[in-house]
Amino acid sequence: MSATVGPVAINTFREAVRDRVLYNLVLFALMMIGAAILVGQISIGIERLVIINLGLSAISIFGLVMAIFIGVGLVYKEIEKRTLYSLLAKPIRRWQFLVGKYAGLLLTLAVNTTFMALGLAAALLYVSKHFERSDASILVAIYFILLQFALVTALALFFSCFSSPLLSTLFTLGIYITGVFADDIRSVGAFTQNSAILAITRTLYYLVPNFHNFNAIAAVAHGGSIAFSLVWQNTFYAVLYVTLLLLAASAVFSGRNLK
Amino acid sequence: MSTPAIEILGLTKDFPVGFWRQRMRRSLDNLTFQVEEGEVFGFLGPNGAGKTTTMKLLMGLIFPTSGTARVRGRSIDDVQMHREIGYLPEQPYFYDYLTARELLDYYARFSNYSAAERRERVTKFLERVGLTAAGDVQLRKFSKGMLQRAGIAQAILHDPAVVILDEPMSGLDPVGRREVRDIILELKKQGRTVFFSTHILSDAEMLCDRVAVLAGGKLQGVGAPGEIVSIKAHAMEILFEPRDGRPLPAGLAKDAARIGGRYRVEVPEDGLYGALEQLHGCEARILSVSSVRPTLEDYFFRLVGGTVVTRGLEEISR
Repeated sequence: MSATVGPVAINTFREAVRDRVLYNLVLFALMMIGAAILVGQISIGIERLVIINLGLSAISIFGLVMAIFIGVGLVYKEIEKRTLYSLLAKPIRRWQFLVGKYAGLLLTLAVNTTFMALGLAAALLYVSKHFERSDASILVAIYFILLQFALVTALALFFSCFSSPLLSTLFTLGIYITGVFADDIRSVGAFTQNSAILAITRTLYYLVPNFHNFNAIAAVAHGGSIAFSLVWQNTFYAVLYVTLLLLAASAVFSGRNLK
Repeated sequence: MSTPAIEILGLTKDFPVGFWRQRMRRSLDNLTFQVEEGEVFGFLGPNGAGKTTTMKLLMGLIFPTSGTARVRGRSIDDVQMHREIGYLPEQPYFYDYLTARELLDYYARFSNYSAAERRERVTKFLERVGLTAAGDVQLRKFSKGMLQRAGIAQAILHDPAVVILDEPMSGLDPVGRREVRDIILELKKQGRTVFFSTHILSDAEMLCDRVAVLAGGKLQGVGAPGEIVSIKAHAMEILFEPRDGRPLPAGLAKDAARIGGRYRVEVPEDGLYGALEQLHGCEARILSVSSVRPTLEDYFFRLVGGTVVTRGLEEISR
């Protein structure tokens, strides 16, 4: 399997690198450090809080944008440009191609996140001159952000198997936003006490991935710790959801006639 | 009896059409034929005949409505079949951010070669298709002909027993066409089976042991090129320059067309010597004599009695 998935993943990563997507991140890292200097000068006592909040939010938003915009084109572009024809003529199954594309984008996002995390660390070090014990939980928050990327990429890939990039972007973004507010949506249903609305909001709550649980930015910025059980829960949840999405994507894509 | 290289058994393909995709259009209708091991087999037909559809079905890029096919005894559903097959799509397009060397290395990875073997193969096949000098140039800078060559290289890189080429001469200059013909003949010499589509009759005549003719999604015949398509010249073309002041021979003056200071005339094959004698008589300079061959379009036109074959696509309701 790795003999077929690996080359596709590496090629996907190479495409992102040659599209100069990664170079934007060097710019981001520099901006983070620049912002840290500025924030350090204008805020008294809350520099760390602002920098962690700003940094982790930027990592999250920037990565999500990349996951969605590259993700929705992962399969679509290969079909449109017909680069897939020569590839599928090799001994590779369609699901292996999908897993390879997925792994390649995830690798790209992981490298990006590493660069951005280094920028954040540099900014923190500049302001505080040293790291604190509680800073370790920043790594957990970054891990949760990566799990979000994994979920969003799987969603984008799934839609990319059967719809255009524009529609895929709308679907993925719609599900992400619904997932961020999943808890609130369920509360609204319960609040209305209308059985139809309750049924809809409950279905939505269980159907869309719950992104709310992956957001640890505020807690970490305030120096709070993250329960170890949440790490396991989130990991298990993300792996399960991604597996289901990749299986669904494979089922759709394996039966598709390539025009 | 040996297993055929390619065995096509009743392949039929319908595509949904219309906004609601409720109607179906048949683009391939119950296609059945075999390609034997070691043959160079031409797949002839006008645009829209179903040649590319057949090849895509063989490669598993689309799925048959009914029927099946086997390559060297393996079903087309079996992914391992692809180890024995090389494929050049029609008007190939590749990852344009890669160099030709990187592209071939990428495809070679699916054949489990070691890094050293891959390097050696890539260099060898770049040379084979005349891309050595352009090996480290990104494909986005390649011309159509160069892309076609890169496509052929990736199709034969892993020494497949069966090579399927969809319009391999398309977009190539005369030198490129000659090179592709040489590659096909070399593959034949190595005992490989080559199945290629074309709408150029002379390519089929020059290369193929047998051809299949497809029109409107239906098989019209399979056999040696001479049996299936009459390639006999139906006229001879003479290009000549009259001597200054001398009138054209009376027998040719009516049909001769003036091109600059020269004349071009078409005569029946059995009237060639008579025409040449007349031209000799008036001391005209003969510039060239060549046969006028029917085009594939002429052939198809005759085959279907004047109806437009591409309209033969059958539309059926779901």
